Amino acid sequence: MEIEENFLYTKEHEWVSIEDNIATMGITDYAQGALGDVTYVELPEEELEVEQFEQFVSVESVKAASDIYAPMAGKVIEVNRKLEENPAMINKDCYGKGWIAKIDVRDMDESTNLMNADEYRNYLDSLAH
Amino acid sequence: MSVEASLYNTPLADVHVALGAKMVGFGGWNMPLQYESILAEWEYNRKSVSLFDCSHMGEFMIKGDAKSCGLDNLVTQPIADMPLKSCRYGLMLNEQGGIIDDLIVYRKGPEDWMVVVNAANIEKDARHFRSNLKDSSCFEDVSLKTAKLDLQGPRSRDVLQCLSPGIEKLSYYTFDRFQIAGASCLISRTGYTGELGYEIYCPWENCKEIWQNILNNATVKPTGLGVRDVLRVEMCYSLYGHELSEEISASEAGLDKFVDGNKEFIGKEPSGGKISRTIGYFISASRKSPRAGNGIFDAAGREIGITTSGTFSPALNLGIGIGLMECSFAKDAATQVFFGDAKNKTEGRVVKRPFYKNGSLKA
Repeated sequence: MEIEENFLYTKEHEWVSIEDNIATMGITDYAQGALGDVTYVELPEEELEVEQFEQFVSVESVKAASDIYAPMAGKVIEVNRKLEENPAMINKDCYGKGWIAKIDVRDMDESTNLMNADEYRNYLDSLAH
Repeated sequence: MSVEASLYNTPLADVHVALGAKMVGFGGWNMPLQYESILAEWEYNRKSVSLFDCSHMGEFMIKGDAKSCGLDNLVTQPIADMPLKSCRYGLMLNEQGGIIDDLIVYRKGPEDWMVVVNAANIEKDARHFRSNLKDSSCFEDVSLKTAKLDLQGPRSRDVLQCLSPGIEKLSYYTFDRFQIAGASCLISRTGYTGELGYEIYCPWENCKEIWQNILNNATVKPTGLGVRDVLRVEMCYSLYGHELSEEISASEAGLDKFVDGNKEFIGKEPSGGKISRTIGYFISASRKSPRAGNGIFDAAGREIGITTSGTFSPALNLGIGIGLMECSFAKDAATQVFFGDAKNKTEGRVVKRPFYKNGSLKA
């Protein structure tokens, strides 16, 4: 199971990487493995205002659809349109080319509600037992 | 991942786990959902050959004259006229005409039959057989000693021919006995994928060895139930609990051609009965896929049906769905429909069955 050391994580298995107030987010290796082949990503509208942990994306695999939640509150400023043609990018490179959306963060303090890599690793261990 | 204790295990449960399968409960059984990925397994089945463990399915043995023992009266298709070593698909109905199960009857001898039923319905079906056959002593449920392996795909005949010479003579919906790994197997040319394929019935204790013998051919890949469902939806085959239930009649299920109005059977509908809903097939306008339970709406937003099965179709690269809908919609190919819920609807249109038209089924 791959975990990026410098990213932050949610209990719903989203990752987020924050630089200059912009949060790039996607789903974790654990999440893409549990979903299986991703066949469709319902991307949010740009300019959409989202709250932290609000559902704003839907990712579909062959057999099911899963809700994806915003790891930070703010305004969606960019979405990864390449996923429309190539949703499998989420399976191949979930922390890189499989990113889903960028959010202009409203309140940086909310990052304290997220887990760091070690905490997320422990959280995954706790799920396995 | 461990072998679940509360579910039935097929003889291959530990083999699946060792092969890295993701296991799930299905119809009371601990079954492999996928080994690699559903899309990879789909590709393998449609273009080459794959092996499924279907030992969860139920098998009943019945001895007696089709008519006088009561078997014929339990099935919507005529049974008494079946040629020896042939199979016939049919339905078993309750007194109200609802579907208890769909099944395949095998005629092994003039008065010797095997009936194959769905895993989740084994106990219910066995009760129905025992209480409706003239003499319940001619009935035996052999589900827990009969394993079943499905070898499906355009190259299945080439693979099986090496193990069981003569298999190439089997035509569609017929069967015979063959040896594999020293065990006597009943092999029929049947399946649930739309590809050329065989269903191999063998004794429980020989199953592992037969599975291994088939997989020794590097052409064959083990395949899970996840893709089996995608394959059957692409072919518009019904699945009990989705398109079929005790609340749905054969006409509503669109299975009239498997009901013979010229014979008597339990649950026979009075002729000329009108139905208001029936099974129809629709495709999504995009990769977004309908899911079982999604509402189906007309262009004005009126709910006209419900999705019974839905999946992404690798063949069409689109979402596909089967639904119980108002007859005028189901029968009118190209009609625009929407699927989803009151808030969020996705465009689609009704199409003619099957979704996948290039199968090797009758090759």
